[in-house]
Amino acid sequence: MDTFLQQIVNGLTLGSIYAIVALGYTMVYGIVQLINFAHGEVVMIGALTAYSVIVALTGAQVPLPAVAIVLVATMVAIPVCMAVGYTLERTAYRPLRRAPRLAPLITAIGLSIILQHLALIVWSRNPLPYPQIIHTVPYHLTGNPNGATITNVQIAIVVTSVAMMAGLVTLVYRTKLGIAMRAVAQNPSIAGLMGIDNNRVIALTFVIGAGLGAVAGVMVGSYYGIAHYQMGFLLGLKAFSAAVLGGIGNLAGAMLGGLLLGVIEALGAGYVGDLTNLCQLSGWFDALKVRCATDPNVTLFGSNYQDVFAFIVLILVLVFRPSGLLGERVSDRA
Amino acid sequence: MPAPASPLLSLEALKVAYGGIQAVKGIDLIVGDGELVCLIGANGAGKTTTLKGITGLQPVQSGTVRYGGEDVTGLPAFQLVRRGLAMVPEGRGVFGGLTIEENLAMGAYVRQDRDAIRADIERVYGLFPRLKERRRQTAGTLSGGEQQMLAMGRALMSRPRMLLLDEPSMGLAPLMVQKVFETVLAVSREGVTILLIEQNAKLALEVSSRGYVMESGEITLAGDAKMLLHDPKVRAAYLGVGA
Repeated sequence: MDTFLQQIVNGLTLGSIYAIVALGYTMVYGIVQLINFAHGEVVMIGALTAYSVIVALTGAQVPLPAVAIVLVATMVAIPVCMAVGYTLERTAYRPLRRAPRLAPLITAIGLSIILQHLALIVWSRNPLPYPQIIHTVPYHLTGNPNGATITNVQIAIVVTSVAMMAGLVTLVYRTKLGIAMRAVAQNPSIAGLMGIDNNRVIALTFVIGAGLGAVAGVMVGSYYGIAHYQMGFLLGLKAFSAAVLGGIGNLAGAMLGGLLLGVIEALGAGYVGDLTNLCQLSGWFDALKVRCATDPNVTLFGSNYQDVFAFIVLILVLVFRPSGLLGERVSDRA
Repeated sequence: MPAPASPLLSLEALKVAYGGIQAVKGIDLIVGDGELVCLIGANGAGKTTTLKGITGLQPVQSGTVRYGGEDVTGLPAFQLVRRGLAMVPEGRGVFGGLTIEENLAMGAYVRQDRDAIRADIERVYGLFPRLKERRRQTAGTLSGGEQQMLAMGRALMSRPRMLLLDEPSMGLAPLMVQKVFETVLAVSREGVTILLIEQNAKLALEVSSRGYVMESGEITLAGDAKMLLHDPKVRAAYLGVGA
């Protein structure tokens, strides 16, 4: 039971990060029907920018509390990522707005490689240890002193994510800009007849998604304690899977998909070892019985197979429910 | 034909191609300030392409679009709205996934005066009470006639100086058509300049002061609406009356 609870906590933490990144994919897809595969790299740049700021501030022994340093680093990462997101849209995607679907897709993959290598030049090829300046405090969830815990960092990640999701939903459904975003998504030429500058609204969508990505980057770095120029690749693919799981183009879908994917992944990682432990079969095979007498854990797959689950989910969704859990009308878009 | 004293919109030798076909073959058209002018013609005559040329939805090959004394040829639609030229597109073009109120709010996108916008939304509701009943529903759930009401109400939300209406009666029940034309007249009386594009030539000529007849991309007849209404050629071709 404690393992289960712990994996749910870990999964929700991871899932809120996925959800925030998935929102970046789904917003852009919703408005221009483009999979911005470079979005994972925007998250990476957010993580690494914040890393540099934290290292600089702590190195200079700035008399600020740890939380404030992380906040300052995030406030620097957000505009940097927004600028990157804007530049991508303006220079790479906008000229291809009327090109065949494949062109911007290939461009996105190319941009992703370019951004990785720019980051490689700036931050080196080494995995960078994210300074753990916020002291991690675990809180026990049950009476069991060795049981499931939730840390202050996990709480901060979940709370920040929920706040950002609420903010985004308010923006999209309650403000003039948000209504304009939905109008452009539905019919760009009619939106133009309303006096809406489509290019501006589309650019803002990229910028907002990139800003969310920056915060996600800081959260990933702080949570795993490491940042790397290639960290955006797998994270981006998983968040994309989460967006597809929820129904790409659908905001609520991205949030649900992200959280679900995080929990599926955590439970998978937590239980795959036990479930594939061959010693359960030792009653049937003598060779196994001998082996298991000395080592009771002869597992086929360990928790290092964690990454597989996101993609199993992606494949299952694409086969059985291509429109995703909350998505509609994908047939006319895919 | 007496040209209006102060033209608000004028097309000069406008040529527009649509899908590789020369759909508008160099037309001249003038709408005076405060006038209600109609452009009639059969399906495929080039009426809608003319409008698309005016609003930049379709690139202009040659010729000039002048609005308010300014050359606006090829200007994107969103900049025309900011100059007071609004359009109700063919097929209405409401945002089906947005609520009625959100559609109206988008009509006022170029305005900043919140209180006046609020008041104008109420004014549109006064004009079309059906819309008020359904303000929180998505526009996609409305009937064709109600969508036309919404599209016109939405265009009025920008407080336009001039309104381009593309086939407002298309696909509507006779009672709705009546209502739409009443609204067009009411809007015109408030001083909004209107260019009305219609297949329903009789109704269009009855409400307009002047009319243009378009055929295969060219203006073949123009003049006083009452005169056109009694022109034997127009009667034969568009009003279903033997010459």
